[in-house]
Amino acid sequence: MAHIQLGNDSLEKETTTLNLGPTHPATHGVFQNVLEMDGERIVSAVSTIGYIHRAFEKIAEHRPYYQITPLTDRLNYCSSPINNFGWHLTVEKLLNIETPKRVDYMRIIIMELARISDHLICNGILGVDTGAFTGFLYLMQERENIYEIYEEICGARLTTNFGRVGGFERDFNDIAILKIKKFLATFPTVMKSFEDLFNRNRIFIDRTVGVGAISAEKALNYGFTGPCLRATGVDYDVRTANPYSSYNEFDFEIPVGTNGDTYDRYLVRNEEIWQSLRLIEQALAKMEKEPKGIFHADVPAYYLPEKQDVYANMESLIYHFKIVMGEVDMPKGELYNAVEGGNGELGFYLISEGGRSPYRLHFRRPCFIIYQAFAEIAKGSLLSDAIVTMSSLNVIAGELDA
Amino acid sequence: MAIATEKLIADLQSSFGSALSNFEQPYGLLTFQTNKDSIIPVLKYLNENEEYRFRFLTDVCAVHYPATKELAVVYHVQSMENNFRVRIKVFIPESNPKIPTATVLYESANWQERETYDFYGVLFEGHPNLKRILNVDDMVAFPLRKEHPLEDPNRIDKNDTYFGR
Repeated sequence: MAHIQLGNDSLEKETTTLNLGPTHPATHGVFQNVLEMDGERIVSAVSTIGYIHRAFEKIAEHRPYYQITPLTDRLNYCSSPINNFGWHLTVEKLLNIETPKRVDYMRIIIMELARISDHLICNGILGVDTGAFTGFLYLMQERENIYEIYEEICGARLTTNFGRVGGFERDFNDIAILKIKKFLATFPTVMKSFEDLFNRNRIFIDRTVGVGAISAEKALNYGFTGPCLRATGVDYDVRTANPYSSYNEFDFEIPVGTNGDTYDRYLVRNEEIWQSLRLIEQALAKMEKEPKGIFHADVPAYYLPEKQDVYANMESLIYHFKIVMGEVDMPKGELYNAVEGGNGELGFYLISEGGRSPYRLHFRRPCFIIYQAFAEIAKGSLLSDAIVTMSSLNVIAGELDA
Repeated sequence: MAIATEKLIADLQSSFGSALSNFEQPYGLLTFQTNKDSIIPVLKYLNENEEYRFRFLTDVCAVHYPATKELAVVYHVQSMENNFRVRIKVFIPESNPKIPTATVLYESANWQERETYDFYGVLFEGHPNLKRILNVDDMVAFPLRKEHPLEDPNRIDKNDTYFGR
């Protein structure tokens, strides 16, 4: 490529264009990077995204509100419940629905489980990318346990379509509670052994310390949120900045890093897993103090009635029909609501002009915004370092493309 | 430190006067309109003011209003130190959808503006690389504009009339 000026000390005669992706095992998703390589060093990178663009914002303008929940599943599919509840919280804010405390705590349990599973995947795969497969297999088993909890509560595993506007479709059953408690009892040991394998592992440290570093100022300018921002030392977390779903009642810490490199991002994610465990424990204890059997807000116009009532009760039948057919008129309003997703601030900008569907719904997808910094971070680094960087930015193709 | 909304409004109005209008607070989020000539100075003022420190561009997107043949470009900016958000709207005509780019202030505006261009055809003047980002490069339509059909209108195998789609 003629337009690239090679360094004077370069041994290469010319640069090589390398297509990293769209289907490459190291990108963990469908997106492409066209890299200009000087030997093994990256001279410039151009990211091409949009391979799994599914026009969710357009579809959302044509769907009743409850049918938008499955669309949010497919944003960050490693932590779908957070997206689901983020959407439900947005609609509840539009409708001014106050959810019972028990629902808030149930949501926190599920959201924090989702955060754990999201971070487990990211850190597990970071291990794989640096050549350590074992840790990943440890963690996959734990993710499986989390998915079994989801399965017990909502019947689905990956794209969960969790809950409804106003709460949950059903209460946690005894097996679900048992599974959560079992997870809380067994997971710390596994997590500890995972940390023992990696935290002070010479090879892992050599591969990650100082790799893909970004300064706090730069990260803010690039719109970083979530663990990637916190690794640079900025303690911004939507859960504490704008608490939703009763997060303000909980005692937890926001871990921060110092350098903003891959190792810091790894440590921040690990520490967040521990904090999530604390949150789940507290939420479970608080939930058990609340009156049993409450799992949704009392909003018959928006919350689907029990199936047996639909057959036996005229009013329920009417509500059921209206909700399923999307004939419920929503109030007019314009709002921005954000939750702390696995990767950062997941925002929903919703404009309702009344009627059955949103007038406009925009998803602020943290991955999409974070990933644009990749070209700059990767510049000048080795290809193998760029792959580790990409892995620790936790780019999820679904969230990238919407 | 908290920002007093009234003081912020007064400060903005004393700096920009009639360029700002329609101050409101739907669901507690300060929202106002400005015009395309003032948007960058307003963002710059909010960014560089040492008291307010709106250093974080949360979101850029657009909304189409076919009734008035207008596009609204919506900026959400945030001051993390003060934990305060502001929404700024700029209405531009559909026939001449030009607005200066915010990439001069925020790197994060780059892809978000490309996305807005991709879906609404908003031309961000001065943008370093204003190309389509999620849709294919040879697409001619701007798919999130209201006149664009959700599905191929020539299809006859689907009839969704009864479901109001």
